[in-house]
Amino acid sequence: MSYLLQQVLNALQLGSIYALIALGYTMVYGILTMINFAHGDLFMVGAFLCFLSVLLFKLPFVATLVVSMLGTALLGVTIERFAYKPLRQAPRVSAIITALGVGLFLENFTLALSPYPKHIPALIPNVIWVLGGISISLLQVVVIALSLVLMVVLDLIVRRTMVGMAMRAISWDKTVAPLMGVPVDGVISATFAIGTSLGGVAGVLYALCYPVIDPYMGIMVGWKAFISAVVGGIGNIRGAMIGGYILGMVEILVVAFLPSTYRDLVAFALLLVLLVFRPHGILGRPAVQKV
Amino acid sequence: MKKAGLVFCVVVMVGALLAGCGEKTPSAVRVGVIAELTGDMPAVGESCRKAAELAVKQMNDAGGLKVGDKQYKVELFVEDNAGKADQSASAAQKLITQKKVVAIVGPNATRYAIPASEIAESSKVLLITPWSTNPKTTLDAKTGAPKKYVFRACFIDPFQGRVLARFAMDSLKARRAAVLYDVASDYNKGIAEVFKETFEQNGGKVVAFETYTTNDRDFSAQLTKIRKADPQVVFLPNYYSEVPLQIQQAKRLGIKAPFLGSDSWGSQELIKLCGKDCEGYYFSTHYAPDTAAPAALGFIEAFKAAYGGMPDDVAALTYDSFGLLKQALQEAGKIDRQAVRDALAKVQKYEGVTGDMQFREGSSDPVKSAVILKIEGGKFVYFANAKP
Repeated sequence: MSYLLQQVLNALQLGSIYALIALGYTMVYGILTMINFAHGDLFMVGAFLCFLSVLLFKLPFVATLVVSMLGTALLGVTIERFAYKPLRQAPRVSAIITALGVGLFLENFTLALSPYPKHIPALIPNVIWVLGGISISLLQVVVIALSLVLMVVLDLIVRRTMVGMAMRAISWDKTVAPLMGVPVDGVISATFAIGTSLGGVAGVLYALCYPVIDPYMGIMVGWKAFISAVVGGIGNIRGAMIGGYILGMVEILVVAFLPSTYRDLVAFALLLVLLVFRPHGILGRPAVQKV
Repeated sequence: MKKAGLVFCVVVMVGALLAGCGEKTPSAVRVGVIAELTGDMPAVGESCRKAAELAVKQMNDAGGLKVGDKQYKVELFVEDNAGKADQSASAAQKLITQKKVVAIVGPNATRYAIPASEIAESSKVLLITPWSTNPKTTLDAKTGAPKKYVFRACFIDPFQGRVLARFAMDSLKARRAAVLYDVASDYNKGIAEVFKETFEQNGGKVVAFETYTTNDRDFSAQLTKIRKADPQVVFLPNYYSEVPLQIQQAKRLGIKAPFLGSDSWGSQELIKLCGKDCEGYYFSTHYAPDTAAPAALGFIEAFKAAYGGMPDDVAALTYDSFGLLKQALQEAGKIDRQAVRDALAKVQKYEGVTGDMQFREGSSDPVKSAVILKIEGGKFVYFANAKP
């Protein structure tokens, strides 16, 4: 029993990080119906900003979190302004290829500055509690708690504030919303800022859990988070959160009970089956094309 | 007038094309190096490049390499494989066809050495890998027969895996072992399997044999499984950027057993990334800088003088690869790819920085000793020797 609970705890930690990154994908898709493939690399930039804050300014945990969030938000807004905005009327493919290009640029830019994997010193004290055979570390508690808090805050922003209402309006009908006086450009920038800053937080948390960072770390994690967002229903914020935890749970529990070599095979097969039976994801709605 | 001009242009162009043909005596010895300068193990590539440049500089400072009856300058071409298998292969292609090298040294990690070795083998160009220990690198993938053009400067994993299994049983007194290895990488997988086989043959039990895929960062599920199996030693035959994460996560989960490593641990970067978490653990490798033979001391001094730090096993093996190449060139008497390969195939004994190498008849894998090092006080310290 304690073995299962330990694995569940591991899954919650991993799932929290996937969920935070998935939120970035889902928010951008909800507003622009565009997949921001550079998001995984923005997550990587968040981790590197954390590394720089610690290396250059010796900042404590909360301060590095703030620096990463602001830094990635700024980068996200800049990318949106210069790379995605000019392509809003262009075919979807152009926007996707641009996103991939931006991702490659970020990877290689970071590679040029820092080819060696870097080590992040521990910002959270290594405190471990042992309860009934389960090891719980302070780091795990911080990751899970912080992620849940941020997700609740995001949900509140989207459901209870004017900006959130504007986001939902634009995602509902992009043509009519500006006619109603919604400042589309500003709201899109805000969406990118929030989405990428969550990716930045995920980067910091990931860097603290797995303290060796390199320029390519965002690729695989980005893809997995994207898949979580799709499984949960792309465009749906609560769906992204659920999708992230589902993927984390499946990955960890597959290893817990089957030979670990089958992890990716079984995890992605299960997700494939899920999408066959629910093509729009768990909380997604079929897109209705009004004539 | 115009027609004559056109004919003149055509003649000049054809002449320029043909100027490239014909017997050209080489004016320098061109050697290629493929190293992992960027990607997941840049410390390995960096060591390799530094040792290669040092070896070439020493040869050129001595007036060049005497091949046949002429002194030739040695030209070095270093290519980056960026930690990718396909780029390894294309780097080999570039060195062979564009740079026209007489031989290639590298790549180092097995999963990059194998693709490059296949290009070298099919192009009939000599390739010496300094650090790849998996037997597959010098064996043809389809027939299992030894490749003719691929050699190495290090021992192979069937030997290394046995050494480590015996060390775990005799020195660490372990009867129950767990292994966590990268299933997508030939080196890790190969040596993990040899370790398991030897450990079980000698009466031990491998209680957990867990895997992950290259570039994974989260090992919590596998390590929780390992913790449940309660091993007395955990074998981690993985590269220097992954091992610190594995050890840290294992400790956080409450695993108290000691960890054991293989030659992939040998980089100083491991200490930088791991810190205190790696104190007191053992691993096997190719040479120990603090008890090196007299032949090695000269190299270590020159390396320290040129670059400031101590050379690691990759640097020492690269230097030995160049030593082997130098000997082969001098015995061949001419700068010819086939001749150099044939001369190297005849070498039976070589005394290098990393110790004595014996090449058995028809085998391109040297028989050498291994050393076991201990991580003590943030440094690699000699612990024991293991003869073949």
